[in-house]
Parts: sequence; C-alpha cells; structure tokens
Amino acid sequence: MTDPMPPAPDSTVAAPPRLELRGITKRYPGVLANEGIDLRVAPGEIHALLGENGAGKSTLVKIIYGVVKADAGEMLWQGAPLGSHTPAQARHLGIGMVFQHFNLFDTLTVAENIALCIEGGGDLKALAGRIAEVSGRYGLPIDPLRHVHGLSVGERQRVEIVRCLLQDPKLLIMDEPTSVLTPLEVEKLFETLRRLAGEGCSILYISHKLDEIRALCQSATVLRGGRVSADCDPREETPKSLAEMMIGRELPVCRHREPPEDGAERLALDGLSLAAEDPFGTDLRDIRLTVRAGEIVGIAGVAGNGQNALLAALSGERRAPPGQVRLGGRPAGHLGPRARRARGLAFVPEERLGRGAVPGMTLADNALLTGYQKGMVRHGLVRFERTRAYAQEVVDAFKVVCGGIGAEARSLSGGNLQKFILGREILLEPALLILAYPTWGVDVGAAAQIRQAVIDLRDRGAGILVVSEELEELFEISDRIAVIGKGRLSPAKRTRDTGVEEVGRWMAGMFAPALDEGPKHVA
Amino acid sequence: MWLRLEPRAQASRRLRTAAPLIALALTLASGTVLFGALGQNPILALHTFFIRPIDSLYGLSELAIKAAPLALCAVGLAIGFRGNVWNIGAEGQLTMGAICGGGLALAFYGAEGPWLLPLMVLAGGLGGMAWGAIPALLKTRFNANEILTSLMLSYVAIQLLGYLVHGPWRDPEGYNFPETRLFGEQALLPVLLEDTRLHAGVVLALIAVGLGWLLLSRSFAGFQIKVVGQAPAAAAYAGFSRGRVVWLSFLIGGGLAGIAGLGEVAGPMGQLNPTVSPGYGFAAIICAFLGRLHPFGVLLASLLLALLFLGGESLQMHLNLPLAITGVFQGLLLFFVLACDVFVRYRVRFGRAAVGLAP
Repeated sequence: MTDPMPPAPDSTVAAPPRLELRGITKRYPGVLANEGIDLRVAPGEIHALLGENGAGKSTLVKIIYGVVKADAGEMLWQGAPLGSHTPAQARHLGIGMVFQHFNLFDTLTVAENIALCIEGGGDLKALAGRIAEVSGRYGLPIDPLRHVHGLSVGERQRVEIVRCLLQDPKLLIMDEPTSVLTPLEVEKLFETLRRLAGEGCSILYISHKLDEIRALCQSATVLRGGRVSADCDPREETPKSLAEMMIGRELPVCRHREPPEDGAERLALDGLSLAAEDPFGTDLRDIRLTVRAGEIVGIAGVAGNGQNALLAALSGERRAPPGQVRLGGRPAGHLGPRARRARGLAFVPEERLGRGAVPGMTLADNALLTGYQKGMVRHGLVRFERTRAYAQEVVDAFKVVCGGIGAEARSLSGGNLQKFILGREILLEPALLILAYPTWGVDVGAAAQIRQAVIDLRDRGAGILVVSEELEELFEISDRIAVIGKGRLSPAKRTRDTGVEEVGRWMAGMFAPALDEGPKHVA
Repeated sequence: MWLRLEPRAQASRRLRTAAPLIALALTLASGTVLFGALGQNPILALHTFFIRPIDSLYGLSELAIKAAPLALCAVGLAIGFRGNVWNIGAEGQLTMGAICGGGLALAFYGAEGPWLLPLMVLAGGLGGMAWGAIPALLKTRFNANEILTSLMLSYVAIQLLGYLVHGPWRDPEGYNFPETRLFGEQALLPVLLEDTRLHAGVVLALIAVGLGWLLLSRSFAGFQIKVVGQAPAAAAYAGFSRGRVVWLSFLIGGGLAGIAGLGEVAGPMGQLNPTVSPGYGFAAIICAFLGRLHPFGVLLASLLLALLFLGGESLQMHLNLPLAITGVFQGLLLFFVLACDVFVRYRVRFGRAAVGLAP
C-alpha cells in the first residue's frame, strides 16, 4: 500500500484544485456505477454533486472517501496523485465525511462518541472543551456531555459535523444532509457551511434538492446514469433546467383539481394517544385529524417525531382504544390490519423490502400479501392464476421495470419496488389510502408518476393521508397539510392558505395542537 | 490472516438443490475414513451399512417402516421451520402420542372392535398436539423460547412413559419386565404386505407428505406461514398473526409426531415399552433440513435417515460395531448439510475487509 504524498502547504499562486478526479470508473456486477467521471473541487468552493437516486453519487463519494476502490481513473489531492487509500488515510489527508445515516451510539455522550473516532480523544475533559470551542465557532450549539439518545436528528447531525471539524478537514463531504432537517435548521446549516468555505475548506455537497443547491453551491457536477451529464453554475440555472440535466427530459407536472367541499369521513383520529414502544421513541399525544373522501391530507414533520407510532396505529399493527381511530365513521382502533383492510384501508409502508414486500418471494406472491381479500383465496387455497394476473396488472399499469412477475421482490430497484407496492395498494381501490414517505429514495421520474397515481385515486373518491418529510412534495399534492412534532399534531390547514414558512415554523415545534371540531376538548 | 464470509449476491438455485447431495457425498467420505480408523475394510463396512440392509424385499419394507415415523415428524417440523417456529420436541410429542394411543388400546383390552384403531390414531394425534400446545402457549403468552421448552418437554414425556410402563401399566403377566401387555388384534395397524411388517402407518406418512405439500405450496395458510418466517414485519403489515402461526405449527407438528408414535406402538411393537422411539423425533430435524423443508424432499431424506438406522443395526450384527455409529452418521450428515448451506449462501474471502465504515 503506497502512502500518499503529503500535500504541499497552501500556496496562494494558482493553487491546484483541492480534489480532482479524472476518468473514475467503477463497475459492479451488472451495473456500471461510474463511467469516466471528471470532477474538480477548488479550495474553499462549495461544489454540488447532483443526481437522481442510482445516478452513481454514492459510489463516487465512497471512492473519494476510500471505502470503495475505483476500477479505473485517477484521483489527485491538491495536485498530488493518490494511490489506493483507506478511509483512515483519507481522514489524515483532511477529508471528512458526514453520512446520511449517522454512526452514533445512543447510550454514550456526545464527547464519548467523538472520542471513539478521533485520535488522541482519550482525555474526555480536554475533548469536551475542544467540542464546545468548535461548536461555538461554527454556530453548531451542542452540549458535549449530553447523551445521544436525547438529541434530535438535527443535533445528531451537528455531532457528526463537529466530529469532522475537529480533524481540521480540507474537504468536507455532506451526503444528503438536509433530508432530516427542518427549514430553519437547513438555514443554520447553510450558514455554517458558508463560514467553513470562507475559511478555505472545500465542501462537496450531495443532494437532489434543486433549490438548496441553487442557494448554496457555486458549481455543480450533474450525474446521470453513472456519467457526468453536465457541469454548471447552479446559480445561473433554473430548477427546471437543473432537473432536465438530472433526468434527461422535462420534469412532469402533476395535474390538479379542487377537492370536493364535504366528502364523507374516511378516517378520523379522535384524541389518539399512544406510548412509544421504544424507550427513546416518541409518544403520541391527543392526535386529532379527519380525512374525507376525495381529499389528500399531508402530514409533514422531521423524522422521529412520532410518525412511526402514528403509522403503526393507523395500519393496525398497534392497537388503540376503539373510539380513538374511526374508519368510515365506525370505531376501528381495536382492529388489526386485516380487519381494517376489510373496511377499505390500504397502506404503503415506509420500508419497502421486508415490510411492504417479502424480499425472497416473487411479485405474484407479493401481490397476494395484501390482495388476499380480492378473491385470490378460495376454500383456503390460493388461486395462483389470480395472483399472477393481479401482479401483471400492477406491473403493466405502473410500468414496473422487472424481470417479470416471477422475479423476486429483492431483485427490483427501490423505485420500481415502490411503484409495485403502491400500484398493488391503489388497484385494490381502497376507500382510504395511507402513504408513508411515498417517494423517498425514488427517482424524479418515478416520483412524479407516483404522485399522479395518488392524485388520480383521490379523484376517484378515495381519502388519502400522506406522511412525508419532503415539503415540496406535500405542497404539490396535498389539499390540506398538518405537521407532527414531538408526538403532537398541528391543525390541518388548507394548503393554499399556508406556506412553507408557516409549516417550517410548525416543524420547529411552534404550533398549538389541533383542537377538535367538537366542544368537549378543553386545552 | 483474516477469513471472512461474504454473502453471495444471488444464491444459485441449482447449488441449493445439490447441497444435500454434496453433504451426503462428504458424509460417505468421512465414513470411509472412520471405518478405516476402526480397523474395518471401508468398502465392506459401507456395503454392510448402506446396501446390505435393503438388498431384499423384507429389507425394503423395514426401510419404509422406519422412514414412516421420520417423515411424519419431519413434515410437521418443516412446516414450523418455514414459519420460523423451532419445534425441537417432536420426540416428546411422538412419545405422548404413543402413550395416549397405546393407553386407549390397554383401556379397551378385551373389549375391542373395529372402531378402536381409528380412535387410537385420533388419540395419538391429540396427545401429540396437546404436548405441542404447551410450548406454543408458553411462546405466545410469555414469549418463552420454544427451542428450550419443546426440547425439555421431550424428556418429561419420556420419563412419563418410563413411569407408566414400570408402574401402573406394566403387564401383569410379564415377569416384571418394564413393558405393557401386547395389544389385541383390533388395536394393531393392519399389515400391508405378507411376510413383512409393512403396516398402514406408511400410508399415513404418505398422506401427511401430500397434505403437507398442499398446505405449504397451495394454501393461503401455508403462504402466511412462509411470510411470517421470511419477513415478520411484512406479516404484521399484511395482518398475518405470528401467534397463529406458532399455534398452527405446533399443533400440526405435534399431531403428526403423535400419530408417528401411535404408528410405532400399534405397528411393529404392538405394546408400550420404555423406548418407543430410537430418536425419530430428533432425527426428523435432520430430515427436515436435508429435505430443504419441502415435504417431497423430506420424504427422500426420511428414507436416507431410515437407512442410517438400519445400517447401524446391520453393522452391529455383522461387523460387531457399536450402534452409536448411527448417531455419528446422523451428526455428520447434519453438519455437512448446514456447512454446505453456508457455502451456498456465502463465499469465503481471505484478507482484510475492503468495506469499513468508520467515519
């Protein structure tokens, strides 16, 4: 293993790029993840790496950080070529990375967590001082002595950033950092990043959120299908032109129409309260909400604010007192998933593989998973011709790319599996459809298709509840919108009567919990 | 030097099917070495072990008699294993079936009719079910590990049988031998083939295999079992109850094991004695895995395991080798099957892990 040459000290005259990639290629069995990728990041530059899911962003970042080795191509660090390097060597060079999924131990304090990953972190007291100093300097308030389990997601991210900053990075890689943050937190993060860049640290910012990239980055490399499709200055582009570079065609737009004023009640939550199962989870407190036929209600909120408990209470995986959940006007809190489905509920869960679909079973069998109440079972025996026909119908109607209905669910890409699961639930023609993070990790084209299918279902008279973190999406499809925070639900407001700003404030916890229409509730 | 197991992207279906055959070949190879070490001519020993027991019609019928209880138990276990329900107590459920069915034969001794045998089969099945219901209850009520409870209950059942045949149920004219009196004619399973002991229990085993296949491959209940086994979260999402699968698995497994036990006492034995089973209930676990948890595969595996039982006896008779050889071969076989499965699903890599994720 060759030790990379130590970089020359920063020179002011014609400094070489902080990082340069030339012709990086990486092939996985069956997939060309990266093909001939060139990328230059200047010192102090905030550089965006933009692309749909599956475009090759993650692979490229892993190559830069030394987690994965490229098959071909060259990588230069401050002008000096790098041989193969490990993540540890990358950190030595000054490459820091904040992952999308945090690597923190819940039961340890912030300082202990950081001590685990940096050299010379043995002296906790001194370290705590350094943490306080760095977090103060960059506007990342954090108490080094707190336990991680008590931290919000945004705070956890700060811990990860501080951990990188303690190692004096020259290049900070941020992988989809804002997907877990409220709009306010996003603004704070951007301030921190701008300050860092001002001090000469380069930042490689990975995202598919076009507005953020236009607000933050000075240059962008757009990936599509493993190749560089464009290099541009995002400040001079429109979201539309960026999206076209990303997906290679025009961004589809959803058709919309006004919802009926007073549809029948499909779902009502009447003071739903539920203790969290997990000791560090969030309890639900007095949730009140109505979903009517022909409308889409969106629930926004930062992950970890009670969404999981709420979704489990809606699907029937967790039971509640009968009257706290009503389906079609009748008490249903005590019913399990099967009985609720019999009342017209369909559900698209957050996890696709392992919950929404059985990984090792074929698509035909996975159609049976929730389609069993649609005449697929007779005298206790499965009518396989019907499960196959239904699976084929879903695949055709939703243009699911797969190796036929005999393909195992795990062989599908995330987006295609989501289309299959969503299609399976929609074609059941439910009276009420509940969607958890419907387009999470789905590419832009498929996401637009999914949104359109949901809107079409609403237009056929179904009531729909969408829980999501993507504000843009919620504003695009919801007729009414509410926010969940710390296990409480805000009132649902008509989407056109509110805006990102107000919802953002609610996401930060500033709202009065929903009061029921009824007079009995006194806050 | 680092040795790692890396999951294969796609486990080859052909390799998965071939794994039991590879395991069998490896078992034979080890057996050859073992016999050599014991000072025997390996070829002769293997011939005595595997060929000699079944070179006659009588031998083949004995093979079927031994395979029947194995297949009955193993089909039930395979159904449970598919649903991630680990019933290790088929031996006890088999013993309880023998006690209940045999008890009925003793109770109606001298007053029997053609109605007795069907009742005995029913009692055997119910006895096994009742014994299986205990771990199922403990699992669903208290989340007690079913591996431990079902295994421990096996020994309870065996002790109970010992108490009965040494005490209250001992043959009054049996010179104090710990066995019951011989059952009456009407309490015995009919013999199917003259000059052999081939009895109707074999037919019951074949029916069980067929029904097991119907359940697992064609029925919605079987689908639910498989979903619960493969993806518990998906089962919860779809509304399939894990508790129901636990109950179903234990009741089916216990019932079939109970019928197997009844088949032993109402078949070749014709009475109860302290050892109604030479370990069929445990060997059935091997059958289930060797048969890929598929009822037809289980049937083939049962024939093989039955041959190991016969071969062990044959070695003892002809070459004076200890009967423990059977256990050794069973163990080798299970070991190799499990090892082959690992290599089907994983590949071995030398050297340090290329993927480390410590930021």
